[in-house]
Amino acid sequence: MAPNETPLSGTEAPSKASFWYDPKVRGVLYQIGALLTVGLLAYYLMSNTLANLERQAIATGFGFLEKQASFEIGESLISYTAADTYFKALLVGALNTLLVSFIGVVITIILGTFIGIARLSTNWLVSRMAAIYIEVFQDIPVLLQLFFWYAFFYEMLPGPRQALNPMAGVFLCNRGLIFGVPAAHPAWQYMAIAFLAGCVAVYFIRRWARRRQDQTGQILPTGRVGAALLIGLPLITWWLAGAPTAMNIPALKGFNFKGGVSVSPEFAALLLGLVLYTAAFVAEVVRAGIQSVSKGQTEAAMSIGLRPGQVLNLVILPQALRVIIPPLTSQMLNLTKNSSLAVAIGYPDFVSVAGTAINQTGQAIEGVALIMMVYLIFSLSTSAFMNWYNKKMKLVER
Amino acid sequence: MEDARPQQPFADNIKPPRTSVGVIGWLKANLFNSWFNSLLTLLVLFLFYKTIPPFVRWAFIDSLWMSTGKECLAADGACWSIIPANLRFILFGFYPYEEQWRPAIAIAMLVSLLIYSQYRRNWKKSLFYIWIGGLVVMGILMRGGLLGLTSIETSKWGGLPLTLLLSVFGLTAAYPLGIVLALGRQSRLPAIRSLCVVYIELIRGVPLISLLFMSSVVFPLFLPEGVSVNAILRAQVAIILFTAAYIAEVVRGGLQGMSKGQYEAAEAIGLNYVQTMRLIILPQALKIVIPPSVSILISAFKDTSLVVIIALYDLLKTTQSILGDPRWMGFSAEAYIFVAMIYFVCCFYMSNFSRKLERELDTGL
Repeated sequence: MAPNETPLSGTEAPSKASFWYDPKVRGVLYQIGALLTVGLLAYYLMSNTLANLERQAIATGFGFLEKQASFEIGESLISYTAADTYFKALLVGALNTLLVSFIGVVITIILGTFIGIARLSTNWLVSRMAAIYIEVFQDIPVLLQLFFWYAFFYEMLPGPRQALNPMAGVFLCNRGLIFGVPAAHPAWQYMAIAFLAGCVAVYFIRRWARRRQDQTGQILPTGRVGAALLIGLPLITWWLAGAPTAMNIPALKGFNFKGGVSVSPEFAALLLGLVLYTAAFVAEVVRAGIQSVSKGQTEAAMSIGLRPGQVLNLVILPQALRVIIPPLTSQMLNLTKNSSLAVAIGYPDFVSVAGTAINQTGQAIEGVALIMMVYLIFSLSTSAFMNWYNKKMKLVER
Repeated sequence: MEDARPQQPFADNIKPPRTSVGVIGWLKANLFNSWFNSLLTLLVLFLFYKTIPPFVRWAFIDSLWMSTGKECLAADGACWSIIPANLRFILFGFYPYEEQWRPAIAIAMLVSLLIYSQYRRNWKKSLFYIWIGGLVVMGILMRGGLLGLTSIETSKWGGLPLTLLLSVFGLTAAYPLGIVLALGRQSRLPAIRSLCVVYIELIRGVPLISLLFMSSVVFPLFLPEGVSVNAILRAQVAIILFTAAYIAEVVRGGLQGMSKGQYEAAEAIGLNYVQTMRLIILPQALKIVIPPSVSILISAFKDTSLVVIIALYDLLKTTQSILGDPRWMGFSAEAYIFVAMIYFVCCFYMSNFSRKLERELDTGL
């Protein structure tokens, strides 16, 4: 159809278009078609699945969660025995996933920021080293890195008797990383409470200081006051509670260490692999964020008389963070998702516990659905946070 | 203002001070330009001094390159012998020993095709047909059963060919699907849009491993009785479905980068939706997203290593099973370093290519 033959189709009443050529009708038909296709496919798969399940006499539904799991889990944050239910076993797995992701995220952000800044260093050697680190660790599959660190703990480190002792109270051997901690004392709990109280106090002081600055123009050194509160309050509490200094140092007894806190080789390898891999990506994110703030911003901030600390806090960071935070969150999410590779090196994370449950009950659909659901909850809550953050940080244009 | 400067007739003859040019100048400017940087430099050099000599001794001086596992146990250094002794198993897995020239040729073809396609002057329609032909020939080489080649079951495929197969086929098959999903997500029709959004967000929210689990334990339940699909194909489908969601997001970025005028112009000359997309929007949008697509190829290549978990013998799994052999137990570091180097070389090459492409394409817009 040549375009010049229908010049009036837009201006004349659309009812003239025949029924099949009406875009609205077509749109509805396309949608019905798509929904029907998806529905039919789902129905076909469902009916096959139900027939197969019946034939193989596999139970359906989530009733198995109530049954006894009867398998042991190597590491657990809550008390768990083989006599507990599948639900509790899965909870243990989910908590382990959360633990490794949380610690991993904290260390990754610190290490990644450090390497990202090193990449921008004016020192040629330091910047080259950071570049090599980023390139090497990005380009090797994370699973291979996990295997390497796992082998590192089991094969290359000596047994407990010849354990490496890099620092007083820290031992590294094929049973994992064992280090001394302060001996149990009520003072530590009081200090934690004091620290939390300090955080709350700092929050209110900052709010008050901002309001005062808006009204009177006077600036309160909130940074210094806050630091003093956060460090001082716990220290005073520690002193008031009797200043305990006793340490719980691990000592070699027989074939293994007693006392202190020990980190299993599986956990250590998983954490090390995930952190080193993700930190390479975070370093790139941080570098891009810092480079995105033009030099003129710093110069302008200095020319209106801000001190270096204020330049960083009030001008550079708010702009750099706007660029950094979105890709940073997606890297953190990647770390959480990659922690599912724990199953390959035998750390009991959620996927690994669910895998065991699938093998024992045969209820593969429910098991895989649970895995997907748990990770979806992580991802969707993170993206909800991201949307909120983006809205809050969005440039308000005139 | 220029003229007001005092004349310096001999400026050309005065050489810059020796400490600001040449090696010393470079050192001063790049390594010792402040007390903090000097400290850092010394620290890094000290770290080199502590780590490099022992590593060189381990990897090169005290190492064994052609020996048995027993001799290695007595040596202090690295046991690289594990690589030459098991190279063919690591690279080709359980593929019959006499027929291993076939996957070798297939890999060589794939690599040369990839290298040929990286030059932009070769980006013509013929390239598309060359790829189709090449992939068919590679398939025949691997599978056999034609032209007097013995037929090899896919369950025997393994090692590097499997890794390359999963990643290259994964990306090629995922790309059209990803484009369709991206277009669906931009669609004005609410039902189609929400189907695509749900699919993309669902897949991107879960780890690949859960999809691989699904392919290995749930997928067989979906099929009618008596029908079975082999494990490699199931894993391949999982990888395709996974990669498609990521490609969809990349392509969406490209679509959003198109200005509204392009759509309006297409509408003004009377093109319908399919024509607008095929002739106007996609050629431009896909050009923008070539560099991020290469990044997706890189991560697909790395992610194929996860098939280890559902017991397919890819490059990583063959290496691992060598390490389970009592004759070679305990040399994980050497074996893993070798495999890591294969992955590194491939990924590094691709990421360099992506960066180069980004610079070249940047001027086009």
